[in-house]
Amino acid sequence: MKRKDLLGIQELERNEILEILDTAETLQEISSRPIKKVPTLRGKTVINLFFEASTRTRTSFEIAGKRLSADVINITASSSSVSKGETLIDTAKTLDAMAADCVVIRHNSSGAPHTIARMTRARVVNGGDGAHEHPTQALLDALTIRQRKGRLDGLKVAIVGDIAHSRVARSNAHLLTKFESHVWLCSAPTLMPVGGEDLVACNKEFLHRTHSMEEALNGADVIMMLRVQFERMDESFFPSIREYFRYYGLTTERVARAKPDAIIMHPGPLNRGVEIATDVADGPYSVILDQVAAGVAVRMAILFLMLGGQSS
Amino acid sequence: MTLKLSYQLMNADEVRGTLDRLADQIVTANSGRQVVLLGIQRRGVPMAQRMAEHIGAKSGHQPPIGLLDINLYRDDLTKVATQPVVRRTEIPPDIDDKDVILVDDVLYTGRTIGAALRALIDFGRTRTIQLAVFVDRGHREIPVEANFIGKKIATKDNEVVEVRLEEIDGEDAIFVMEKT
Repeated sequence: MKRKDLLGIQELERNEILEILDTAETLQEISSRPIKKVPTLRGKTVINLFFEASTRTRTSFEIAGKRLSADVINITASSSSVSKGETLIDTAKTLDAMAADCVVIRHNSSGAPHTIARMTRARVVNGGDGAHEHPTQALLDALTIRQRKGRLDGLKVAIVGDIAHSRVARSNAHLLTKFESHVWLCSAPTLMPVGGEDLVACNKEFLHRTHSMEEALNGADVIMMLRVQFERMDESFFPSIREYFRYYGLTTERVARAKPDAIIMHPGPLNRGVEIATDVADGPYSVILDQVAAGVAVRMAILFLMLGGQSS
Repeated sequence: MTLKLSYQLMNADEVRGTLDRLADQIVTANSGRQVVLLGIQRRGVPMAQRMAEHIGAKSGHQPPIGLLDINLYRDDLTKVATQPVVRRTEIPPDIDDKDVILVDDVLYTGRTIGAALRALIDFGRTRTIQLAVFVDRGHREIPVEANFIGKKIATKDNEVVEVRLEEIDGEDAIFVMEKT
């Protein structure tokens, strides 16, 4: 990997994305071995610096690092000096002085990983920053799609839910439109970003917006449901959960509008009965657990490409 | 750095004849045992495939083959100039108590085989591990020797042995090149 840090999908070229996905595909085999470990990153230190709650991203990075024999250290904001008032930059400099090789950071402010990346010699991976980007999620989604659909181009992908607060939607929109798949962003008017300036850089010809779930789902190859992010809502964006589910919940009847071989994705954690019905989440079209498995492989690939060997 | 042809070591017929002979030697040395051929990426893979087919055609029983990529086990990963492309590894499910034949094109410093041994040990405890190579060109840096050798030659440090196989390179031949 030529760049020092992985901060977002927006700035990545297609061949950089494919390099990560191809590497992830070859590394997937390690997770099915009786001894799920290779010595590749022995002696490298990866620090997970998480200022926001996370189960799967943090665990996934931890497992990925450990399967490659890196030493992985988890720091959560509540148990660190951050709770004593240390600034982000001081925390980063401290970790750098301890000779960390890679810092994975999640923060509720957009751009926090970029600030840290400028201050450290360690390579920085964005594990999700505010409502901005979540590049490793988009990459694992892309791997799941490519393995199920055989390609990333020419697909219709419906991304439904809380678009306004979703870094997953942004990163996925960037990635999939780069490969010339049509992305339909669908949400209630109150949950659609007003200006959407940050999405302008997307390949606009391939980006569509709608408030009608039916329009988004018609003939879709991929249905990506987003979690309603109650923790980011300081006001009421819709009258009730029942009403939200009635208009934007994914039910078996609605899935029928998509292609017969459509796949259903969700970045997790699920709000069952809010954005997705339980029988759909656990149903045959759901690839939600494949996404989790792909997440470990993609993060192994990123750590390997960043820390294993020098790029020329 | 450019490569200049020194001489051709084998033509297509010699390449195929040598592979058949190696396969026969493996069968003779391991009669009555369960042999697994493990090709080291990349050119060891078509070599293992062809040897398995030769053994199958002669004996009616084709031994299982596997592929092994050693890049994740290299001890010089942080020093190599260009990042290696990691290719597929596929080991047959149960190699415990089998006789595993590692197959590679050129035996040089021995470090590739060193990495392959480290990798293989993670997959189980085989009865034996043996090594079959097309060309042994000397200059060992660790104590590794092959059990089955297609051709042993003396080379200079600035020479490169280039094994070319139909499946990857479109022809069967072996050349010795000189770095200039």
